[in-house]
Amino acid sequence: MKISKKFRSNLITYALVILAFVICQIAIEGIIPGFKMTRSLKGQLVPICVYIVMAVSLNLTVGISGELSLGHAGFMSVGAFSGIIMSSWLLGAFQFENETLRLLIAMITGGVMAGIAGVLIGIPVLRLRGDYLAIVTLAFGEIIRNVLNCLYFSLDGGRLYVSFNNPDIPGKLLLNGPTGATGVGKIATFTMGFVLILFTLFVVLNLINSRSGRAIMAIRDNRIAAESMGINVTKYKMMAFVVSAALAGMAGALYGLNYSTVTATKFRFDTSILVLVFVVLGGIGNIRGSIIAATVLTILPEVLRAFSDYRMLVYAIVLIVVMLATNSPLLGNLKNKLRSSKLVTRFFPLKEEAAIKEGDEK
Amino acid sequence: MISFLSHLVNGLSLGSVYAIIALGYSMVYGIAKMLNFAHGDVIMVGGYISFCAALYWGMPPVISVLVAMVVCTVLGVVIERLAYKPLRAASSLAVLITAIGMSYFLQNMAQLIWGANPKSFPSVVSIPSISLFNGQLLISGETIVTVLANIIIMTALTLFTGKTKMGRAMRAVAEDKGAAELMGINVNATISLTFAIGSALAAIAGVLLCSAYPTLMPTTGSMPGIKAFTAAVFGGIGSIPGAFVGGILLGVIEILGKAYVSTELGDAFVFAVLIVVLLVKPTGLLGKKVHEKV
Amino acid sequence: MSQYKRKSDTKMVPVPSMAIVPERDIDKAPVLEARHLGIEFGGLKAVDDFNLIIGKTEIAGLIGPNGAGKTTVFNLLTKVYQPTHGTVLLNGKDTHGMNTVQANKAGIARTFQNIRLFNNMTVEDNVRIGLHNQVRYGMFSGIFRLPAYWMQEKKQHEKALDLLSIFDMQDMAGVKAGSLPYGAQRRLEIVRALATNPSLLLLDEPAAGMNPHETEELMENIIKIRDQFQIAVLLIEHDMNLVMGICEGICVLNYGRIIAKGTADEIQNNPVVIEAYLGKQKEA
Repeated sequence: MKISKKFRSNLITYALVILAFVICQIAIEGIIPGFKMTRSLKGQLVPICVYIVMAVSLNLTVGISGELSLGHAGFMSVGAFSGIIMSSWLLGAFQFENETLRLLIAMITGGVMAGIAGVLIGIPVLRLRGDYLAIVTLAFGEIIRNVLNCLYFSLDGGRLYVSFNNPDIPGKLLLNGPTGATGVGKIATFTMGFVLILFTLFVVLNLINSRSGRAIMAIRDNRIAAESMGINVTKYKMMAFVVSAALAGMAGALYGLNYSTVTATKFRFDTSILVLVFVVLGGIGNIRGSIIAATVLTILPEVLRAFSDYRMLVYAIVLIVVMLATNSPLLGNLKNKLRSSKLVTRFFPLKEEAAIKEGDEK
Repeated sequence: MISFLSHLVNGLSLGSVYAIIALGYSMVYGIAKMLNFAHGDVIMVGGYISFCAALYWGMPPVISVLVAMVVCTVLGVVIERLAYKPLRAASSLAVLITAIGMSYFLQNMAQLIWGANPKSFPSVVSIPSISLFNGQLLISGETIVTVLANIIIMTALTLFTGKTKMGRAMRAVAEDKGAAELMGINVNATISLTFAIGSALAAIAGVLLCSAYPTLMPTTGSMPGIKAFTAAVFGGIGSIPGAFVGGILLGVIEILGKAYVSTELGDAFVFAVLIVVLLVKPTGLLGKKVHEKV
Repeated sequence: MSQYKRKSDTKMVPVPSMAIVPERDIDKAPVLEARHLGIEFGGLKAVDDFNLIIGKTEIAGLIGPNGAGKTTVFNLLTKVYQPTHGTVLLNGKDTHGMNTVQANKAGIARTFQNIRLFNNMTVEDNVRIGLHNQVRYGMFSGIFRLPAYWMQEKKQHEKALDLLSIFDMQDMAGVKAGSLPYGAQRRLEIVRALATNPSLLLLDEPAAGMNPHETEELMENIIKIRDQFQIAVLLIEHDMNLVMGICEGICVLNYGRIIAKGTADEIQNNPVVIEAYLGKQKEA
């Protein structure tokens, strides 16, 4: 019975994503008269996919593994730049024209590179705990951004050149330090974004419901008990951290290839915080919640465009009010009323679900 | 050699600003156990208030600083009461997100009131620069005031927490809220007081920061806020001398890194040092080791 | 091993046990042997010169007033703390340099005084964590649902239910561990520890918070577990009915030192023990 419940919950998540994709496709094609997606919203489709993947992958670290990470955008940037370089290299050196395949290879490269970055960063970071871990992940995110600001990549007759802090390398610059990557082919597609979301869900949900996932959650719930049950804490924390980083890298590659210019400033810690907000509002450890929160909160500023100057202020107020409403004991009565509505609880998780150490593997 | 000394002086100046912010950050963290992300934005508000008081209302610089301190103190206490107090029993992550929301709120409020364009901040310091080594090394009045202010604040805080009744209450609440309450300490008042002190310090830091680096905009406070928190962690969070040492070291490292390694990598350098320190000594330079009970 | 002359006073079982197991002979192959074990915290000797031998399938008790260092002994045995002095041999193997994970793999499992369950996981998943090292499939088999995953998961599921049935808990398999009543949480901790397939089970106050009826049941179950799994049990307990009722050997700790060892009868009549618990009697 328990397995079927989990299974059903996962199926709903997959179904939700597929349904959303189909509706979006109908709206893009304008099959039903009067139901057509606006240009500005169409432009948001790939970023929405990217943020969904970012939120789900961060939820693996924050919700499932229980480690507060404030540097998720760092892995995204590693993925973005390595994906862009791979794509440009494939095109420049091998005249590799097939865009879908190029995008796919770029995303895999982004995932692998971000995964490697995850291993390198995880080794020192995962020895720390709580707020110290959080501040160090933030520090690493900023270090990655700073280092990328000093990196120069160029392509000259099929050969790739790299330099640090010195733009004087032969050929056409692919990555130009602080000016970022320019002249990138915009090859990212909504369909690929959809496929990436499905892949991310497949990896994360299957991982959670396996031996490794259970070990990760056991460490989150009680590290000392997990250790005395013979669970290698470092190994499983690392596993969650690296898988999460690799998925963020794939999302980063998709993001990078969706614009003609990408600079490292797009991956400031604000972006990490933004993704963390998706995770918290969607419910710590709640994968479906992350998807919904990422979608709504990416569209919300677009919808609030009418308020232009006030929209970020409204966003901030909404954030504070939601946190107070869902966590404050003073509003307990209201909370109990909300509890009766299943839709509301799913969207605004209650305190028990929001507690970092008390995630749920829904 | 002279250029090194000059960088060192600049580093001390920047480090002193970090230290003043870090003192506030560290006290708030010590007592409320929360990362107050909005602390950096209180710095920015302090800068703007002082700016307005001096430029629009024609107040003398010293008075403008006092006005900024009063406004920030009120702001800090109000933020604590409205946004953080209801969440005292909530998870640390919920409080963190609320603090982030507060930070967005202050930044966007400032943008609505004062606009997004950077304002050129007139220095509040009228002390002349000191010229050493035949004018090769110039120590600006801002540097002198900043370093002095830092030392005075550090000493005053150490005496306050060590010798006064309120200070003892503060340390007791930081150690164990429940036990402190049972001993008849008013926990809410103590936490409010801590936020008040921290915010007043932030106002001073804001004015000094803007005097040395005279561009004022809604996001001015966020990076120094993060660096100051880094400084507090670096020195050992919750420790007053730790925040002092951490702030100064961080400022010096940043300036020297920018001067001798790479301008682009200045921040990376700061964060790399933080990581190394935490790995060698996980509770910071002057932090206390905490045993985990099994 | 032979370089140490074994002190006769480290033996715990002076009387023949009711559960007759041939390889019980502690002089040949004890499960646990602690020699001169000690730890200092900042100059304070929390445990000092702790010597103990536990034979296969022996049920032993560790008692003493609050703060005597009983849980510290458990933490030393399970390598949560590294001892500053002495040695621990587990099945004849020196555990020096091992960490908690390796100690568990070497055959030592425990429960905790302040219950440490994985509260957000189901009862079954808690037991499955105990079975973790007996299930062999990696992350990729798990993510891509290779045949190994299905086979091992099924086996694990059956084994978990099997273990839960010791305490008649198989019906609660899908319940979240954190929402179980107190007594059931303590029982689940025991099942979870058993799942790691230990040769020595350490129980830290297993009867705490249980009513007399539950305690009675627990005593029967501890004996049942010992007989069924052929393992040794060392338990810390304040409930003297339980300790005197099932422990074949009892060791009394006070101020970090062993003050007495022996059978239930010997301990009950030992003046040093009485003094430790009740204080020195005034001269009339």
